Amino acid sequence: MTADKARIARQFIELIPHAKALGMSITEIGDGIAEITMPYDPRLVGDPKSGVIHGGAVSTLMDTTSGASVMSHPASPAGTATIDLRIDYMRAATPGQAITARATCHHVTRSVAFVHAVAFDDDRENPVATGTGTFTVEG
Amino acid sequence: MARPAPEPVQVVKQRRDAALRALVDGVPYIQFLGITFERRGDELTAILGFDEKLIGNPFLPAIHGGVTAAFLEVTGIICLSWSLIWEEVESGALNLEALEAGDLPRLPKTINFTVDYLRSGLPRDAYARARITRSGRRYASVQVEAWQDNRDRPIAQAQAHFLMPRRDD
Repeated sequence: MTADKARIARQFIELIPHAKALGMSITEIGDGIAEITMPYDPRLVGDPKSGVIHGGAVSTLMDTTSGASVMSHPASPAGTATIDLRIDYMRAATPGQAITARATCHHVTRSVAFVHAVAFDDDRENPVATGTGTFTVEG
Repeated sequence: MARPAPEPVQVVKQRRDAALRALVDGVPYIQFLGITFERRGDELTAILGFDEKLIGNPFLPAIHGGVTAAFLEVTGIICLSWSLIWEEVESGALNLEALEAGDLPRLPKTINFTVDYLRSGLPRDAYARARITRSGRRYASVQVEAWQDNRDRPIAQAQAHFLMPRRDD
């Protein structure tokens, strides 16, 4: 049942054109937890002087991962859409390194799913960003 | 006491547009998303030209929520940066050659960003404008709104805080 849900969520994420455009790949999914990696790409640079990836690309990664965590939650029917998302940027991602987001859907009601997410590069101890979001529960 | 003659309008426009172009064209991610800016005086409107690669839900279809967030964040950063260089563009103190050669001013850094999704982003162009509610020495507070066909029906709104670039003077 849960494995099935993870498979459906994985298939859905892999079909998203914009996730493909950013080269995202799922490294873990199931039971309300999702982890997705996005490789370093010069096209995503926000500050040409430093080569640091734009915050918008990090937001996209965190939004996708958060949505995936909701879809993989045992209590969530299937589809979801972001209601709101807040992202705090702690530091610039190190140029040349992939960015990974890990999201936890920690609570689901009949209508709303609550998510925490964190993004990091090779240094997992010092997050690049953290996020908090609410998502619709559809189905 | 005779006032100096105002600069010819083409000279003023050329300088403003060149400064804006240099600011926007220097950022690879803005080109990747296909965002452009239109200017009326000092007012900027950001335009996100629709492209298939921006789709986040192929079944609806709808623009990726992350793209909408990124569009709002880009609009906020560019509008804030624009407001920071505006005085120098107007006075002519800004070194346009250096700017066009890629010597961009230091950009504000996003501290945090909150986006509310109000309607799904349809597969067509989107527009956004930012309002700088506070621009201090160290921090700035900016509100951004995006819409598509109907200005009164925004698809998303954002509230962001930025860390201002250090001024070396």
